[in-house]
Amino acid sequence: MTLLRGRGYASVNYPTGMNLGGDPSQALIHATTMGGFVVSLSSVDLGQGLKTVVAQCAAETLGMPMENVIIDTADTDTGPHCMGTFASRGTHRVGNAVIMAAREAREVMLDVAAEELEVDAGDLETDGTGYVRLKGSPETKIHISEVALAAHFKQGKSISGRGIYLKERNYPVPETGEMDPDSCQAHACTVAEVEVDDETGVVTVLSLHNTYEIGRALNPGMVAQQIEGGAWMGVSHAIFESTEPYYPASRDHGPVDFSEYLMPGPAEIPVQTSVILERPASNGPFGAKGIGEMTANAPIPAIANAIFDACGVRLTTMPFTPESVLRGIDARRDDALSA
Amino acid sequence: MRIVNLKVNGVGQAFLARPETTLLLALREQLGLTGAKRGCAQGACGSCTVLLDGEPVVSCLVPAATVDGADIATVEGLADGEKLSDVQQAFLDGFATQCGFCTPGMIMSAEALLDRNPNPTRDEVNEAISGNVCRCTGYEPIVSAILDAAERRREGAKL
Repeated sequence: MTLLRGRGYASVNYPTGMNLGGDPSQALIHATTMGGFVVSLSSVDLGQGLKTVVAQCAAETLGMPMENVIIDTADTDTGPHCMGTFASRGTHRVGNAVIMAAREAREVMLDVAAEELEVDAGDLETDGTGYVRLKGSPETKIHISEVALAAHFKQGKSISGRGIYLKERNYPVPETGEMDPDSCQAHACTVAEVEVDDETGVVTVLSLHNTYEIGRALNPGMVAQQIEGGAWMGVSHAIFESTEPYYPASRDHGPVDFSEYLMPGPAEIPVQTSVILERPASNGPFGAKGIGEMTANAPIPAIANAIFDACGVRLTTMPFTPESVLRGIDARRDDALSA
Repeated sequence: MRIVNLKVNGVGQAFLARPETTLLLALREQLGLTGAKRGCAQGACGSCTVLLDGEPVVSCLVPAATVDGADIATVEGLADGEKLSDVQQAFLDGFATQCGFCTPGMIMSAEALLDRNPNPTRDEVNEAISGNVCRCTGYEPIVSAILDAAERRREGAKL
């Protein structure tokens, strides 16, 4: 028995959003009487943190603290339209829509504050802690809770805004094939190190080193977690999860539902390092591109290449099971003998 | 149908349980403690983990009527007012959550580990949470948070 070490890499260019018939998302924002800002969306947070990121976008644009922003991803029957949470589009499309809505609401907020402070709205700024104040004269200020009350009960105004981001459908130029299907692309590279047991065919992933270029990382903590959680899913696809060999012909053996998939547990996790490169995208919210689906992608071919480097077996079907590795090693031995 | 008495997070509770009422169902539906989650409902995912007389169990597989008189600890009982437990605080500081569905079960498995082993190795942590599935984080931040919590507990014990 020999443990064979190998190293491989793979890189990925990943589109943010999709083309099809156009790719829109809308957002509405309004202030409550208490000075909170409710962002209404139909977009869904699957757990990856969309609500946090769009709250950051709204707070930054309004100039208000995060605590003043309430994200309501209520109901696709009643909310402003969203194409959905897929194609790594949430941060980019919804973030842009929220920024547009928050800009409009901010203008009304400053108008109402200007009326109360008896100054020109163009001379006002926000301090980020909840106050609207006069530039150069920070004592002249009014809290958002008072601005909201004045708007509702004195001035009769709605501090609100509408936002939409529409990536229009794009067609290729027939002569050149040029087109803009996705508005921006994120890039990544993963280097994998594996160990292959040439007697059992078992592949162990020892380490993954990831570099991601994703525009601006709006929330670096969540980006890092997205990368490493996604890489774990990549490892899972690469060497564990399968409905084979019986799917779908027979349900007598093998997994019959998701809970019976083989998945790596905490003991199978490789060492990971992750680096985030920031090159802001001109059309992204504060420069962000999408990072989501792509995080599971690069580890898989990187692991396949590392297996090839370790034992010379080129696998093209996932998962890379002990059986497929051993068959590959046997085939190479037979080839060597017959040569 | 019978009356079941439990001490839940230190408070005596009594409720009526059918034979098929699981501990998880009783906690969530009858006692309003929704921290323990119903994931697979077949004991495979660990999101319903609570402590039964100090031992971690998957509460979806425990018929409530069979544990009359037991002492149950759930994630709701860990914090002392606003002060989180060391494990909870370490999860928060180490960003060991993402969607959050597995978190209550993970935390209860971690509490049970640190109760019986104040100074676990990384492998022992892996073993202790091997019955808790997480589909978001890739486990690494969770394992690190539990090791961090162990250190916080040991520091706290010295004071």
